[in-house]
Amino acid sequence: MSDPNDRHRNPPLLQVDALGCERDERSLFVGLSFTASAGDIWQVAGPNGAGKTTLLRILAGLFGFYEGRLHWQLPATLRESMLYLGHRPGLREELTPLENLTWLSALHGQKQDAALMAALSAVGLGGFETLPVAHLSAGQKRRVALARLWLPGKPVWILDEPFTAIDAEGVALVEAQLRRHAAAGGLVIYTSHHQLAADTRQIMLGAHMPGSGAPA
Amino acid sequence: MRGFNATLQREVLLAMRSPAEVINPLFFFVVVVSLFPLAVSPTPDLLREMAPGVIWVAALLAVMLSLDGLFRTDEETGVLDQLLVAPVELYFTVLAKIVAHWLLVGLPLVLVAPVLGYMLQLPVSVLGTLMWGLLLGTPSLMVIGAIGASLTVGLRRGSMLLALLVLPLYIPVLVFGAGSLGRALEALPVNPVLAVLGAVLALALSLGPFAIALGLRISTGD
Repeated sequence: MSDPNDRHRNPPLLQVDALGCERDERSLFVGLSFTASAGDIWQVAGPNGAGKTTLLRILAGLFGFYEGRLHWQLPATLRESMLYLGHRPGLREELTPLENLTWLSALHGQKQDAALMAALSAVGLGGFETLPVAHLSAGQKRRVALARLWLPGKPVWILDEPFTAIDAEGVALVEAQLRRHAAAGGLVIYTSHHQLAADTRQIMLGAHMPGSGAPA
Repeated sequence: MRGFNATLQREVLLAMRSPAEVINPLFFFVVVVSLFPLAVSPTPDLLREMAPGVIWVAALLAVMLSLDGLFRTDEETGVLDQLLVAPVELYFTVLAKIVAHWLLVGLPLVLVAPVLGYMLQLPVSVLGTLMWGLLLGTPSLMVIGAIGASLTVGLRRGSMLLALLVLPLYIPVLVFGAGSLGRALEALPVNPVLAVLGAVLALALSLGPFAIALGLRISTGD
């Protein structure tokens, strides 16, 4: 149910039709429909336990128990095109930020040490590259994961609670990066209780609100 | 093949950072085998008769105990999700994890086994068969155990279930492994038995990673 006024702006990247999901015999959401286009920022909002993480995992192809239809229109495969950051940072504590990112970007075929160093200093972790992640604070760990937003080549970003544990300055930094990505024709879908200042669209999950797509 | 080398390097690096996980199975193996001469009478004939079974069961348990953590930490930290959404064949990343794990945990067992065999009064002439058997058998045990580990990764208390799930599947490897050593002791030809172990290994390496990849996807909810 995206806003009809904006539908012709950009080619749609993702069409979701009547998506529904049940967990533990409780219906999380039913009949969720929206169309996300290049250049959009979508916020998945709703109270705790409303199914925000589950929705993102469905979109990312990590969770297969749903009804309805999900259609990605991407030039490459979803896994080639997508950057998914879960609510857990996805880092091994024994390794340094640089080692963690080196492995992740090798999996994604984006191996460049210089780019990784630049990404880490972009999130304010210059000088922490070779310290084990276990020695970093929760906010710094989140920043290590978020450093991947500064690596090129992923048009679709699916971010689960990207603003958790980071300070106000960090939030502003990431927010600016999300807007830059959207302006460059990328798609951002994120969950957060934090409301971006820009014109984000919202998917509201919750007890009696099975999906709405009005621009916030 | 993208992801194989990077994952192999990463696993070795991880093991170097927390060496206990690699050294503990080796200690376990040595200690368990050493307990037998103390518990049962240290008569050379009796020890020699027991040796194939004792060494193989101890190696099997050491491998199995080392596998509980193979995917668990990755699951808890969210690394597993990153592995599943990465644009690489899960077959190769899973294979890389197993190869690394075998090099770090399985190979030391193979190398220390002749010393333990000698302690259990095995004649030097059969120690080669012991090593060949373990060399072919332990990777199969790794793969089979990793299938169980992939299925129990989402469970909080999965290690007991892992044992119940995996131990029955270990029986063929155990029978042929200990059997090869038994035949060597009776001076019978061992190559046919080792060939069966090799065939099991070929099957495990070619199909096992697919099963593990599927298990990981099931455990994480796909």
